[in-house]
Amino acid sequence: MFVTDVPGLTRLLVAVLLVLVVCANPSQGTQDNDTRAHGDEEHQQGNSTAHRKAFPVLSFNYEYVRKPFEISLWILLALLMKLGFHVIPRVSHVVPESCLLIFVGLLVGGVIKAIRQTAPVLDTDLFFLYLLPPIILDAGYFLPIRPFTENLGTILVFAVVGTLWNAFFVGGAMYGVCQLEGGQLRGVDLLSCLLFGSIVSAVDPVAVLAVFEEIHINELLYILVFGESLLNDAVTVVLYHLFEEFSHAGVVTVADALLGGLCFFVVSCGGILVGAIYGLLGAFTSRFTSHTRVIEPLFVFLYSYMAYLSAEVFHLSGIMSLIACGVVMRPYVEANISHKSYTTVKYFLKMWSSVSETLIFIFLGVSTVAGPHAWNWTFVIVTVVLCLVSRVLGVVGLTFVINKFRIVKLTKKDQFIVAYGGLRGAIAFSLGFLLTGNKMKDLFLTAIITLIFFTVFVQGMTIRPLVELLEVKKKRECDGSINEEIHTQFLDHLLVGIEDICGHYGHHHWKDKLSRFNKAYVKKWLIAGDRSTEPQLLSFYNKMEMKQAMMMVESGGGVSIFKPNIEPTAPSRRKTVISKSREMEVRKMLHSNMQKNRQRLRSYSRHDLMMDPFEDDVSEVRFRKQRVEMERRMSHYLTVPAKRPEPPPSVRRVAFEPGQWHRPHFPRFFFLFFFLARNVNAGGVVTPKVHPLCSTQSLHEQFKALRRLSDPGPKS
Amino acid sequence: QQQQQQQQRRHYEELAHKSGFSTEQIKNLHKRFRQLSGNKETISRANLDSIPALANNPIKKQIIDAFFDKRNQRQDDEVGSLEEIGLEQFLMVMSHFRPPAHKSGEEERQAARRQKLRFLFNMHDTDGDGIITLVEYRKELLSKSGAIGHQAAKAIADAAMLEVASTNAPHMAPDDFYEGITFEHFQQILKGLEMESRMHIRFLDVDTTTMRCGKATS
Repeated sequence: MFVTDVPGLTRLLVAVLLVLVVCANPSQGTQDNDTRAHGDEEHQQGNSTAHRKAFPVLSFNYEYVRKPFEISLWILLALLMKLGFHVIPRVSHVVPESCLLIFVGLLVGGVIKAIRQTAPVLDTDLFFLYLLPPIILDAGYFLPIRPFTENLGTILVFAVVGTLWNAFFVGGAMYGVCQLEGGQLRGVDLLSCLLFGSIVSAVDPVAVLAVFEEIHINELLYILVFGESLLNDAVTVVLYHLFEEFSHAGVVTVADALLGGLCFFVVSCGGILVGAIYGLLGAFTSRFTSHTRVIEPLFVFLYSYMAYLSAEVFHLSGIMSLIACGVVMRPYVEANISHKSYTTVKYFLKMWSSVSETLIFIFLGVSTVAGPHAWNWTFVIVTVVLCLVSRVLGVVGLTFVINKFRIVKLTKKDQFIVAYGGLRGAIAFSLGFLLTGNKMKDLFLTAIITLIFFTVFVQGMTIRPLVELLEVKKKRECDGSINEEIHTQFLDHLLVGIEDICGHYGHHHWKDKLSRFNKAYVKKWLIAGDRSTEPQLLSFYNKMEMKQAMMMVESGGGVSIFKPNIEPTAPSRRKTVISKSREMEVRKMLHSNMQKNRQRLRSYSRHDLMMDPFEDDVSEVRFRKQRVEMERRMSHYLTVPAKRPEPPPSVRRVAFEPGQWHRPHFPRFFFLFFFLARNVNAGGVVTPKVHPLCSTQSLHEQFKALRRLSDPGPKS
Repeated sequence: QQQQQQQQRRHYEELAHKSGFSTEQIKNLHKRFRQLSGNKETISRANLDSIPALANNPIKKQIIDAFFDKRNQRQDDEVGSLEEIGLEQFLMVMSHFRPPAHKSGEEERQAARRQKLRFLFNMHDTDGDGIITLVEYRKELLSKSGAIGHQAAKAIADAAMLEVASTNAPHMAPDDFYEGITFEHFQQILKGLEMESRMHIRFLDVDTTTMRCGKATS
């Protein structure tokens, strides 16, 4: 079925390409105003001289929509390309998407050049103000905090010291080579070389994300490389501005160097501060949005974007500001906004970052073909070699030092992946593009592009087989079971306790103090209503349950709703467990989903019996039968006392119809029921992907499991 | 005087051999021990109870019990609890929190993980029968953070038990009865947490002289 679509898709793509190229033709642009004015004039003249033209029923006015039309067309092209790659299965397994997109960009650039038009180039403004922020926000908002903070020391060392080492090594060595080589390169002075070094030394988050997302590597390595790519922005910004200033001035003094060092701290801490302020503002705002849920996601996006722009105003590190904003805002905002808003935020962020990434790579390809080039074999090859060498040396040397302070040492395999994953990308290109008044600009730009191509194509393509070959640990599939969550928290308390017994103020102690401060003061201000007192374990549990319930309902379960069983405890206990409004929310959502499913079921059974085994009459009947059966067994379970194999004959009624609830004192049946019911439908029809740790087995076995719990029976 | 010092040093070396700490670390811990015990030879529960920083800890009682639990002394299968502990027992309990050694092979890491998980298991299994039953699990969850109400704690404990049961004993016969979590099941369920690298206090194995047990009884 797909094979026949491919030629169709290709035809469509070619057509789009041609249209795009034609539209990119600027020759029409210059005359738009004149033509319109002229046309009007003519028309009027025509009227006055009674040579009446017929009323234009259909007219062509492209200039009016030109700009948005072109932008939309580019984006559409990019997305169609992305779509195309996934239709052709074999290619996307071997070649990472970023490579394919660059390739497409090259093609498009070639086509445009052939028609001798000017192609849109990856303009620095466009890149830094519009294309980069969504990607960084997406990464920052969903940054896994725990591994990040646990490895923060390592990440900082790699980001700061590693980047500095790279910049100086490449710059210095480059200078040496240039002097030795002579000829065209003799004019390259030390400061220019250092500037060049600072541009190519930074690992690029966009490229890293694009490649690492596909190889599913374990969390530690991912966070090391990715964290480094984010945090080295501060270093890059400072070095770049520093060397640019110096290369204009021509002379460097010690005072300047010291000021540069100071600048680094200002840039990074300032960026984080700005981000944190906006994050707190965003969290505070979200506290009051309970009546206008529709605009909640916008606050998240706008505050973050403002944080980025504000930081850029002062030449602070915009990336760090954006990350800080997302990280600070997230826990509070997520507690405040509705589930739908959360989903909206997630999907919009993913969508924007995906579009941005695609556009960046395509433009990179186009700019490569379009841009002025000054190819110098020595310079380019030496650049590539030096970057590789310096990266490897840097990583190995730093790991040697870092391992002395780490508990979980970094093995050789880890080091290799970290070194190999140091990809360069569009940021380097844009910074190079930003160079003005530098006579070496073309030379540098060519080298940068070659380096980017090398890292993205060669390293990007080979990293996946290497990961397989070296048997590097992959990402854990499972999301985390409730036991793990319980024990993670238990462990935290335990370690704090032991530290207290030792009288040792270790970092568990401070972490505990911080979280207590957070709970006591900050959460009260930033989280609406009674959610601020909801303990973490409970929210985790609720989240997990909701997820299970949603999965259950979406898989066509047609199940009835239970009232979530957590009741507010007696008022003397002061802390309510779960509020009525939250309960209502959960119920409403599930109810609406269930209704939707019910309707679907009915409509299918009327029109299309054989449509889907899930959704036809037969399975519903079977489901009902199984449900009755299950009811009986559930009540069976209820009456099994501790350690008695023989259940007593008395049966307690359990209501399964929506809205009726007979047994409010049930243990969390909601959860258990969904566990079971999930497999009722799946039982005979489809076997869901069974995961050892976090999924369920067949109904039969589940039942037995239930009976196994040595429940002394519900009290009173 | 010299003989006394020599005797002490030999004592330390013996303890070092048993617990795996260095003599430097043992000296520091001994200092802290004396502080806690008020310069006596043994520590009682009351001494540990009186540490003010522990007051906020939700699992304070369990931690203190763990120190006095015979099972944590790594002496084959003795059950029950002690009334008072001496320096050696104190060190044995603390040794569960040592970070993994520099060049430990795979079996050593597994052994360390097993030991740490055993410590945790003993903390949950309060009656010492080798199985964590639902009642024990519930109790532990209830005490852990008072903000979770009764019902919720019960429900969470039930769900957790069900999870253990469903992953560890999926093929039970119709009349089988799931007693509770055994140590093997416990190990299995927490396999993903990598205990050997998480459950440790940084006894700064880089430079042990900089580790100082605080004077914090205030």
